[in-house]
Amino acid sequence: MADATSASIAQQKIESSGALRARISGGVLIALAVLVLFVLDVAAGEVATFKLTGPRDAIQIPNLVVPGGFNMLVAALLAFLGARLFFRGGGRWATMFIGIGLGIAVLAFLVWADAGKSFNLTGMLSETMVRAVPIALGGLAGVLSERVAVVNIAIEGMLLAGAFTGALMGSLLGSWLGLVAAVAIGGMFGMMLAALVVTFRMDQIIAGVVINLFVLGLTSYVTSQVFAEHRWMNNAEVFRRIEIPVLSDIPVLGPMLFSQNIFVYGALILVGVATYYLFHTKGGLRARAVGEHPRAADTLGVDVYWTRYLHVTLAGMVAGFGGAYFTLGSVGRFDENMTNGRGFIGLAAMIFGRWHPVGALMAALIFGFADSLQQKLALLNTPIPSEFLAMAPYLATIVVVAGLIGKARPPAADGQPYVKE
Amino acid sequence: MDVELRGITKRFGPVVANDNVNLTIRGGEVLGLLGENGAGKSTMMNILSGLYSPDEGEILIDGKPVVFEGPGDGIEAGIGMVHQHFMLVPVFTVAENVVLGVEPTGRLGYLDLKKARAQVDEINKKYGLRVPADELIENLPVGIQQRVEILKVLFREADVLILDEPTAVLTPQEVEEFFGIVSALRDSGKAIVFITHKLHEILAISDRISVLRQGAITGEGDPKELDEEKLAEMMVGRHVSFAVDKAPAQPGEEMLTLDGVTVLDDADEKVLNGVSFTVRSGEILGIAGVQGNGQTELVEVITGLARQNAGKLTFAGEDISHASVRDRHFRGMAHIPEDRHRMGMVDSFNIAENMALNSYYDEAYAAPFGSINWPRVHETAAAFCVDFDVRTPSVFLPGGSLSGGNQQKMVVARELERQTRLVVASQPTRGVDVGSIEYIHKRLVESRDEGDGVLIVSSELDEIMGLSDRILVMFEGRIVAEFDNTGGKADRNQVGLAMAGATGGEAAA
Repeated sequence: MADATSASIAQQKIESSGALRARISGGVLIALAVLVLFVLDVAAGEVATFKLTGPRDAIQIPNLVVPGGFNMLVAALLAFLGARLFFRGGGRWATMFIGIGLGIAVLAFLVWADAGKSFNLTGMLSETMVRAVPIALGGLAGVLSERVAVVNIAIEGMLLAGAFTGALMGSLLGSWLGLVAAVAIGGMFGMMLAALVVTFRMDQIIAGVVINLFVLGLTSYVTSQVFAEHRWMNNAEVFRRIEIPVLSDIPVLGPMLFSQNIFVYGALILVGVATYYLFHTKGGLRARAVGEHPRAADTLGVDVYWTRYLHVTLAGMVAGFGGAYFTLGSVGRFDENMTNGRGFIGLAAMIFGRWHPVGALMAALIFGFADSLQQKLALLNTPIPSEFLAMAPYLATIVVVAGLIGKARPPAADGQPYVKE
Repeated sequence: MDVELRGITKRFGPVVANDNVNLTIRGGEVLGLLGENGAGKSTMMNILSGLYSPDEGEILIDGKPVVFEGPGDGIEAGIGMVHQHFMLVPVFTVAENVVLGVEPTGRLGYLDLKKARAQVDEINKKYGLRVPADELIENLPVGIQQRVEILKVLFREADVLILDEPTAVLTPQEVEEFFGIVSALRDSGKAIVFITHKLHEILAISDRISVLRQGAITGEGDPKELDEEKLAEMMVGRHVSFAVDKAPAQPGEEMLTLDGVTVLDDADEKVLNGVSFTVRSGEILGIAGVQGNGQTELVEVITGLARQNAGKLTFAGEDISHASVRDRHFRGMAHIPEDRHRMGMVDSFNIAENMALNSYYDEAYAAPFGSINWPRVHETAAAFCVDFDVRTPSVFLPGGSLSGGNQQKMVVARELERQTRLVVASQPTRGVDVGSIEYIHKRLVESRDEGDGVLIVSSELDEIMGLSDRILVMFEGRIVAEFDNTGGKADRNQVGLAMAGATGGEAAA
């Protein structure tokens, strides 16, 4: 019996969930290869020119000129990766294959849109950075609160509150005090969320939604009823960009990283500080313990409730700072619902970044890229309607969260209230 | 360090959990504390660790009375508790878990993990714990995780260690090693309180034994002068028989047949690898094996909770490879799951509701407009309680309020009180008192005698040896050995060896 059995097993094909995922992604990459080959084809003679430096930059480097044959290469590579995933499975490299595939597909798209024209690549990268800021800060706020196991849907509302307060107080008291007020109001909503979910054990999702609706309603009301009449209350001075000497002269990277306003610098510094705090200090260890196994932390004398209050409040302050970007860092004026879902995309960035500050920043850059891409493409006069292009950041969110993440693991106690014995 | 409890009484409402308890714990000594679930052991230890304060009585440390006001006070005074359910963060390293709450730090709150590691290794060396300081908890076997718990307590410089049911999760080999560690701790002058309901273990390791029943100390003594029978009598309050009383099996037709069942986990590893065997009607087939060798997946596949990636299941001659859970249930498969809290019951439902979980949709319970005939559910549940010795004042109490033994009897009653043909029982007596173990075993043998096929999966080798007519041993997802156990003739040593992965044993039938 034993022999017959083992023989019958050997003949049976065993299909696992991982193999299925590889098949689907392989199919998608092959479809992309077909798309690049037939839709995004660039005539052999045409070239796409990418400008890397502006006329006034200190250091000049030549433009990047991509010949039309590039897209054929991309199509071939996509087909190869797709076929490999489809037939052999990717094993541990599957996610990387998919990432590379999507990346080069985007490049091919750029080359196609830019064929026969000229395109300021550095400008777009710099814009990517700027647009990634509120998403990264929203993601960071998510990391801070979910690491202590509080799901923070209210980030959207906190961003909006920060934007509104920044504009109002910035107009009345000056930009710096406006910024302080934005951070404070974010922290206040953070504390409010903590009170609702920690002390009153309200459902975390519902508490977050309530805050979002409250902020949206209140700011919209004031905007239409008060700001419409008294324009001076909604006219703050914007923070100017600060050029960092020498570093800002580096081609490509300089304008992207070292010639920005305080929100970009602030986001980068906060990500660094949060990473150090969470993974290299005693407070961070305790915070993560509270998020993973609050009962264990409690038996060892860590105050679970206080830790959650503290971190959710800090998360609110980070989100308030991120919100101020929309007004004090950009246009100086508040518009109804001007955050437009950036808080939720921030949450997506947090998940894609695997609950790590640096990961969230990287993910935010991808979303920021999609965001600035749609802006620039509108200028390039591509045949794609601008409404579709405006969907790009959200589309990128869906693709990234559904397709690329695989098995990201949230903190074990995420979303669960803690009840002391 | 010596600790004395004097006249401790603790009440929860009308329930007296501890009744005038006197207990002395001495340095350099292992005190065995024996008692069934619900006898008041945990309450007492929670008083000692400062979690509860006693209503009457006092605690003396080295002759001086102390008052504990919170959970931190116990450890402050040098009394450390190793909980039955580990309090470890799975994604942290050993060192991080150990230092949590008392972290060595540098400037700017910098967490000095290097120092933590050195401190952990120092304790490791001193007591021969051999725990890898940099490994993540989730990658460690349960036995090592338990040592991390002990490390945590030692790191906080406890002189009294309370070990609450420490062997419940360990394999026979790990228990041996664990006893070695306990001895080393004792020899270094620590006082150990070893709480358990396992008689042979308490005899093997204790220097003194105290027995607790219904909140009061009912016996004390020297393990050299005691034996399992005397201890069991003190613990349960009556004579207990350990041998399972059963006639030789009369195997009939094939009830369940597995043919080449293979299951992959998330990482595409084979957790079940071509498992084939048959359970016949009228026999008890026991699956022995160290926890985590595929037993959980095996039961899930048989009961329909998980799907096999390859292989075939036949139940009473019909292919059930793709049958749903309820289909298998209707065909007469009963399932006593390994973790009753996770799969066997709803803690917050009352006893009657829990008993109706697998039958609420029956004709018998149907009432007008699709509602449930609750009076009938309650009546039936009350009858089940009598029939299966579930001790409760009312069927309206939440299931979670019952003791472990009564909870399990509630689950067993629900599964067996209907027409069954195959009983799949996974860890049927885990966390259950002696009296209930006896009872559940008796009912399983009765099912067999009525002509059911019975499949028992247990990591307690004694249970497998005592109950089974035939034994299969699982190792790394395979059946590695088969033993005939008619009249208990299987060789315990051989089975133990097979559990550790040694191949051989008797040839497969």
